[in-house]
Amino acid sequence: MSNEATLHGQHEVIHHGEGHGHHDGHDHDHHHEQSFISKYVFSMDHKMIAKQFLITGIIWAIIGALFSVLFRLQLGFPDATFPWLESILGHWAEGGRITPQAYYALVTMHGTILVFFVLTAGLSGTFSNFLIPLQVGARDMASPFMNMLSYWFFFLASMVMMASFFVQTGPASGGWTAYPPLSALGDASIGSKIGMDLWLVSMALFVVSQLLGGLNYISTILNLRTKGMSMTKMPLTIWSFFFTAVLGVLSFPVLLSGFILLLFDRHAGTSFYLSELFVKGKVLPNEGGSAILYQHLFWFLGHPEVYIIILPAMGMVSEVLAINARKPIFGYLAMVGSMFAIAILAFLVWAHHMFVTGLNPFLGAFFVLLTLLIAVPSAIKVFNWITTIWKGNIRFTPGALFSIGFVSTFISGGLTGIWLGNASIDIHLHDTYFVIAHFHIVMGVSAFFGMFAAIYHWFPKMYGRYLNQTIGYIHFWITLIGAYLIFWPMHYEGMAGMPRRYYNYSSWASFNQFDGLNAFISIVVIIVFACQLLFVINFFYSIFKGRKVTTTNPWLATTLEWTTPINPGHGNWPGEIPEVHRWAYDYSKDGKDFIPQTVPVSPDESAH
Amino acid sequence: MMAMSAQKNKIHPHKYSLWIAMGSITMMFIGFTSAYVVKRSQANWQAFELPSIFWISTLVILASSLTMHLALRQFRLRNMSAYKQLITLTAVLGVLFTICRVFGFMDMMNRNLPLVNGPVSAGFIYVIVAVHILHVIGGVVALMIMFFRAFRTRIRTYSSVPVEVAATYWHFVDILWIYLLVFLTLAR
Repeated sequence: MSNEATLHGQHEVIHHGEGHGHHDGHDHDHHHEQSFISKYVFSMDHKMIAKQFLITGIIWAIIGALFSVLFRLQLGFPDATFPWLESILGHWAEGGRITPQAYYALVTMHGTILVFFVLTAGLSGTFSNFLIPLQVGARDMASPFMNMLSYWFFFLASMVMMASFFVQTGPASGGWTAYPPLSALGDASIGSKIGMDLWLVSMALFVVSQLLGGLNYISTILNLRTKGMSMTKMPLTIWSFFFTAVLGVLSFPVLLSGFILLLFDRHAGTSFYLSELFVKGKVLPNEGGSAILYQHLFWFLGHPEVYIIILPAMGMVSEVLAINARKPIFGYLAMVGSMFAIAILAFLVWAHHMFVTGLNPFLGAFFVLLTLLIAVPSAIKVFNWITTIWKGNIRFTPGALFSIGFVSTFISGGLTGIWLGNASIDIHLHDTYFVIAHFHIVMGVSAFFGMFAAIYHWFPKMYGRYLNQTIGYIHFWITLIGAYLIFWPMHYEGMAGMPRRYYNYSSWASFNQFDGLNAFISIVVIIVFACQLLFVINFFYSIFKGRKVTTTNPWLATTLEWTTPINPGHGNWPGEIPEVHRWAYDYSKDGKDFIPQTVPVSPDESAH
Repeated sequence: MMAMSAQKNKIHPHKYSLWIAMGSITMMFIGFTSAYVVKRSQANWQAFELPSIFWISTLVILASSLTMHLALRQFRLRNMSAYKQLITLTAVLGVLFTICRVFGFMDMMNRNLPLVNGPVSAGFIYVIVAVHILHVIGGVVALMIMFFRAFRTRIRTYSSVPVEVAATYWHFVDILWIYLLVFLTLAR
């Protein structure tokens, strides 16, 4: 079945009530009469769904980042009071100080929101949706209806999570990993009451959303590529979305089974994770369970999850770097191969999160080896990015700067991964600020940089307008410098043994030396947060008032999305879908600045 | 159409999605069964015989796979009345399978293997079997939709793709149960 027929089949289903006839040809414009609801709300157009994911992600990012500002106030200024906090948080900030319970709720929600709602749904949800059909040459996803469901399950998950902020006992507060027994026993902490149930329900809905989305991404990439678009002619973005979707489809169900068992432990009196426990001086009847079991199930998703977050960023950075260096990507097949290796290894390293749980050291040795192996494909990618821009004719657009920033943070965050991947060093560094610094730089900041690069780069395709460049440069430099100022010092705190997840260190004399540093980090956090708000303003302002795009291919790129009209309708190409004749990276070739993928290979052309 | 001819040998995207979804569901059950294996190797594991009705229900779901297969064949031959009867029969067998499960659970309760505060090994059986039943019920719902579609007069579909998708899913749920049965019997 062709692209046209698939898309059309969907339209038939929607429109048969209105007596909408079957189109015979597809040479005319693909616009249908759409109501406001079917165009902007329950849209089945992948481009609109992408925008829905992006804007929902931005809203969540603001909330998640604001939470980090709030708990950084506590960490940076443990003795100060902020009366305005009490007016917004009520009894959660009695006397202007965040209570311990609120602190843990904020930390938990910060992690959950950023990892799942922003960097999974907001990043891969947005750009997989937006770029897959446009770059492989399809009119829409394999199943536009399922694609719409994917967004609305995410929306429902968001609503449930949002609702948990407003229940009397507060949202879940046992950490974003929700380890039992704390998360399994409502009596153990007030955050483990209804807030924890809402968290689990929300996450289950989120898993459904990810699965529906992932199914579509995979079958679209494998089935709906345009004529001539063989797998090896696909841009690296598409490869990265492909591996991301495979990881998600295979690992999220395991998380779901872990959550199902947790729900049974919470409400059906089973003891999968619980054994020999005392709560408030009372013996619990649960016997025979194992809390470590949950950690296995959780991290079997949890580790692939970090690659679900970083792979799309890697793919998009590769694309943005090649375009803006006006050079072909260096080592295309090595890039694909290293992503494949990362995707395989992602499933084999989960126990490196559990070195100090009493894991058999002999078994741990294998996980150390496999973990350190990830350094190989990662290093290949870094090498290729650097050689791609090496001696390139670089255009320093905000997108290109964020891509270069990505490579920088990926290196500095990735190197500390080699430390933490060693079981013996991990005994000292586990659960310290060193870990916080490592994963925030390599996964958080890097993924955000990839996302910013992609937003600056594809915004013209999304909205037909540019983001303001000057604000883009300010945004980049403050974010880059700020991110390093925030997370670099945390390495030293961690090496000194300062544990994470603590509410107050003041009674701990050995960490008093860091009081000034903590205050400094918190001030930088506030500045960087304000700078992100500047970006958000730029984003929404530019949707309506930004400089208009006047050519179909503003970045002079080779890929198919730039062959569509400036504001493509549903169906993407008004006429036939263009045919592809070459790979996506013919830049500066045979004296030409670039050759689009749609140009046939001429006989006297040199091979790449 | 050019695009059509280039892609005519490919699998229909919906079938493709189904295969990926089946991979995903399989991973969920692999999650459950590997949790079972990890837990079984630890102390305090209480082994017990599976309810014998589970074996009878296996025959029921195997029979339903056969009727589903025949239904697909009748659909392709455009034998709509036979097709309707066969998918109804398949759905009924699916419901029967579910009822067998409920009896199995009652059997376990009578043998002092309750869900609430029972041994972990019993808890696993309840959860794994219940989640499998949810997937069977999903298949029954799909068959009901197919059934009402077959009566639709205003729009007639002649594509066998939806029926093929439903049939593949049905066989998958069947095979999944065989896997679980073998697994739960061997790893007690």
